[in-house]
Amino acid sequence: MTAAAPLEIRGLTKVYGDIVAVDDVDLTVAEGNVYGYLGPNGAGKTTSLRMMLGLIRPTAGSVQLFGRDPQLGVRALEGVAGFVEEPRFYPYLSGRRNLELLAAFDGGGAAARIDEVLSVVELSDRAADKVRGYSHGMRQRLGIAAALVRGPRLLLLDEPTTGLDPAGMRDMRALIRRLAGGGMTVVLSSHLLGEVEELCDRVAIIRTGSVVYEGTIAELKRTATGAYRLRTTDDDRALEVCRAQPGIVDPRRSAGAIHFNAGEAAVAALSAALVEAAAAPVELTPQAASLETLFFRLTEGQDGAAAPEPVEVA
Amino acid sequence: MNPGILTVYRWELHKLRFQKRTYLGLGAAAIVPILFAIAVSVRNGHPNEVAFGRYIHQTGLAIPLVILLFGAVWMFPLITALVAGDIVASEDHNGTLKTILTRSLERGQIFGGKVLAAVTYAVVAILLNGAVAVAAGSLVSGFKPLTTLSGTKVSAPSALGLIGASLLVYLLPILALACIGLLLSTITRNSAAAVVGTLMFSLMMQLIGVLPGLGGTRPYLLSSQFDAWEGLLRQPVDWAPIGHAAWVCPLYALPALAAGYLVFLRRDVAGG
Repeated sequence: MTAAAPLEIRGLTKVYGDIVAVDDVDLTVAEGNVYGYLGPNGAGKTTSLRMMLGLIRPTAGSVQLFGRDPQLGVRALEGVAGFVEEPRFYPYLSGRRNLELLAAFDGGGAAARIDEVLSVVELSDRAADKVRGYSHGMRQRLGIAAALVRGPRLLLLDEPTTGLDPAGMRDMRALIRRLAGGGMTVVLSSHLLGEVEELCDRVAIIRTGSVVYEGTIAELKRTATGAYRLRTTDDDRALEVCRAQPGIVDPRRSAGAIHFNAGEAAVAALSAALVEAAAAPVELTPQAASLETLFFRLTEGQDGAAAPEPVEVA
Repeated sequence: MNPGILTVYRWELHKLRFQKRTYLGLGAAAIVPILFAIAVSVRNGHPNEVAFGRYIHQTGLAIPLVILLFGAVWMFPLITALVAGDIVASEDHNGTLKTILTRSLERGQIFGGKVLAAVTYAVVAILLNGAVAVAAGSLVSGFKPLTTLSGTKVSAPSALGLIGASLLVYLLPILALACIGLLLSTITRNSAAAVVGTLMFSLMMQLIGVLPGLGGTRPYLLSSQFDAWEGLLRQPVDWAPIGHAAWVCPLYALPALAAGYLVFLRRDVAGG
């Protein structure tokens, strides 16, 4: 028997009045994946995560956690933990008391893990203090501890580094990497491309509720190779060279030049090859799109032109 | 051990121990009889217009009964609402609903534990009030026989038993109010709105009861059930109002509880 995937989402939709917050999302997260759920603020990431955790009802579609629907009861959350938006606790109880309460609500061996998870998130020293006095970063770490206390196999984290200072972000990412290294499946929402690139092996990019890209980061990077325009002393010959050259994607002639997509290393190799083939470049200019611009293009408009102008900071 | 309603109940009680409103409510329940007893000891007058009012200098055992009568207007409804109206809404306020609903307990179990905790608090507040009133009253006016509403006297120990029974009967409308507080707490998601709403409901009941032409509704108003215990202080005991309260109060409590339960079960937890 093949085990059900940690997370499988089909046709997931949430409508609030006229607003479609999440629109027909499909995705599957395999065991051991670190999966990025990437999109700008307001794209519907948190609403999706709330449905994954059974906190809100989908308008349509389904969520399966290890093959079980969280809408049908809390049993589906067995082996699943996480938080949406910032983790919240009882401010008048200490960090440890909060964990004790949650461990009691978990049952099983959760209570025995409290000391361990406090030390994993480096909160052992402050565990006796009331959560009221915790900084944002400490609450964020307590949120991870509260999730780990369940002994999850699937961890759902909503923007875990948001609001943290650079050192806090670094530590949080290191912690997530460590957990993933231990074999845990992690779904991580983020609005930061760099973060997802650094941590995740697969990504769904979401824009106004819909998935606009789903696949590995490596594939995304390939898609993100820049577009180039090339003119040479001998374009016929140059086109042949391009076709033979590894890493040069879709070379074609149009508008009196050769156009192709490629990464920078392949472009460098190509120019050397062109010189060698006596088709010396007259013009070799990048036209668009690194990973970042691809991301903006995917999430902000149909094409790059629709992206808003960056604000100039004097 | 698998977690269940009792797990929630235990932790709700634990949380109540760390919240100011708990002590505000219980403090009021304990201090009011003390202040009343002090007033009785320094002044000679007595509230003639209220049952047992004229006996407060004869026996301390009249004092808890007078407080029950006065407290029905808004003090006990407020004390009850203070926790019942807050116990669900505070989770919204703290944003912790999402925290506890993603563990291993069903929503129904969480709601059940909260109901038990709100009820426990209300029972403790009423019994505490009665105990302090008996003690403070006995200190200033003595532990002496009590004149019943029928004019006969009962011994101090029997009167004590009747007071205890009266407190239990008094809990019928109090617990119905707690259920209404829980419903408002679940619907409004706002502690202040739920506490004030519960109090307004209670005052509205009293208002309907005194409106001309609406006198016929009186026996069925929740506010009227606060007088049911007086039947115990007649000789022979008049069970009719108590039996009446025993079915009228659940008519308020159970639908409120069921509605609150369903809302809690089905609501989207989108905040926090």
